[in-house]
Amino acid sequence: MNVFRILRVSLRALARNKMRTFLTCLGIIIGVAAVIAMVSIGAGARAAVESQFASMGTNLMFVTGNWRMMGGARTQTGQFNRLTAEDAKAIGQLPSVEAVSPSVSTRAQLIYGNNNWNTMVQGTGESYPLVRKWDIEDGAFFDESMVRGAAKVCVIGADIKKNLFEEDEDAVGKTIRISRVPFLILGVFKSKGESGGFGSRDDFVCVPYTTALNRLSRSEYLQSIDVSAVSQAKTKEAQDEITELLRIRHRIPDGGTDDFVVRNMSEVAEGAAEATGILTILLGSIASISLLVGGIGIMNIMLVSVTERIREIGIRMSIGARPRDILLQFLAEAIVLSLAGGLLGIILGIGVSKVLKYIPVFASITTMVSWSSVLLAFAFSGSVGIFFGFYPARKASKLDPIEALRYE
Amino acid sequence: MNADIIRLENITKTYIVGETEVRALRGVSNIIPTGDFVAIMGASGSGKSTLMNIIGCLDKPTSGRYFLDGEDISTLSRDALAGIRNRKIGFVFQSFNLLPRTTALENVELPLIYANVSHKERLARARASLAAVGLKGREAHKTNQLSGGEQQRVAIARALLNKPRLILADEPTGNLDSKTSDEIMNVFERLNHEDGISIVMVTHEPDIGARAKRRLHMKDGLVVRED
Repeated sequence: MNVFRILRVSLRALARNKMRTFLTCLGIIIGVAAVIAMVSIGAGARAAVESQFASMGTNLMFVTGNWRMMGGARTQTGQFNRLTAEDAKAIGQLPSVEAVSPSVSTRAQLIYGNNNWNTMVQGTGESYPLVRKWDIEDGAFFDESMVRGAAKVCVIGADIKKNLFEEDEDAVGKTIRISRVPFLILGVFKSKGESGGFGSRDDFVCVPYTTALNRLSRSEYLQSIDVSAVSQAKTKEAQDEITELLRIRHRIPDGGTDDFVVRNMSEVAEGAAEATGILTILLGSIASISLLVGGIGIMNIMLVSVTERIREIGIRMSIGARPRDILLQFLAEAIVLSLAGGLLGIILGIGVSKVLKYIPVFASITTMVSWSSVLLAFAFSGSVGIFFGFYPARKASKLDPIEALRYE
Repeated sequence: MNADIIRLENITKTYIVGETEVRALRGVSNIIPTGDFVAIMGASGSGKSTLMNIIGCLDKPTSGRYFLDGEDISTLSRDALAGIRNRKIGFVFQSFNLLPRTTALENVELPLIYANVSHKERLARARASLAAVGLKGREAHKTNQLSGGEQQRVAIARALLNKPRLILADEPTGNLDSKTSDEIMNVFERLNHEDGISIVMVTHEPDIGARAKRRLHMKDGLVVRED
């Protein structure tokens, strides 16, 4: 028998019991759809994270304290996080560095009139818009003299404007209270929007880092320093220069461990991508379990089907079907079931991925159907058919024609 | 073409049921010439079904040799036996044994699926075969829409499809009323007479057996009488 003949025989047998065929497929349909939808959520999160990092600029670097230096005997030689404004200034002098912005952040309560808002307060230098590639929509950013003088001025994110002010109200020139201290609003940032499941990026307020240190966090050390290299090609060079400079400034002996870390954007992006990758694997494997359950469903139905059709098998054998023909017929039925289920599952899975964002609860989730996941799910459902179809098919082919013909 | 369609040489068949041996056939030897029409008769338990299964290549004898159309069957593999059944034998059963919820045409073409015949030719031959048993125009009817006599005709059409040398009929009229039985026997007689197909039929009804050319009477696993 050739492939088409086997297929024809199998399709006829499946068509004889349409409802059961559909229900058996359903297990695979749901399994495949779940795999595709889940993986698309994971891939969507990954893409969102990547685009977010890309929008921050590829020549951006961060200098942070080395948290692994915390604790242990080493704390006596240096506090765990001793990046200072002088460090930042010195980095700014380096040839491959374009601009620096010291950074301190804390959460604080914002009050304007009767409105309250809890948000992130970011203490930065005057070069923040340049370093972070973030434009001002309205008004202006604070300048160097304001930073030096620890002025009580701020620039607010688009969300803050939306939440504290009336729609047509001009925020620039107004005074808001940040942790009960009045600040003059100098400007409003351009909106950057959602960041794919990680909340809005526009929900923050910028103040001079000097003001943040004095009034809000009451510390003398910076949490990090944002640095932009003159170009993306120069980031590696800048990283080396910063490392060398800070080792000298922090008096770290040769062979001593750095008490700071310089990361460029692509390293940070990799870390985030790894996290979303784990998310994808997790979601995908949970969904795969349902595909497995679907496969067991196929085996179950095929076993029932073999028992129910013992007589048919006997008839086929008596008129000349070889054991192999019977095996192939039942195997083909299982494979047709699972591939049909796989195909419908792919359609359903893609549909779910596309429709998800119109459902309010899932509105913030971005999905991205990856063709590799579609291919994988389809191949997997095919193998499920072969794997779970083989045992019943073998059982059918081993039947004794006389017993089978006599079976009631 | 061989002169003897069936040659049985001292065929025995022993089943082991639990601890006890059941000797279903105790040494049957017989020759059935090509073109013969033989009825195997006997009470239940006489071994006629076992003999039928062996002749039909559905079962192998415990000892003895069986030649079908000159070919020694006793030593063939399961796959080879399936091929023999497909090419040389047509089966007709008491309970018709048609596929349920399947059209007459699809039932009839079944043997050709396993004989690697193209779809077009299968349909043409199945139609012709149905016409030969007087079922022209009933091709698209499903088996459950046909009467008992019609179902048995479909089964005969199926048995005839591959132009077999031998038709084996196991109680072909057992589930039919006497009028329909008569019609079915007419079909058999015509096939034997006009087309020269050898027929071996198992029955316990004397009047049905009387229509065959020869009768083998079985008792306790042996052929005790021939007439």
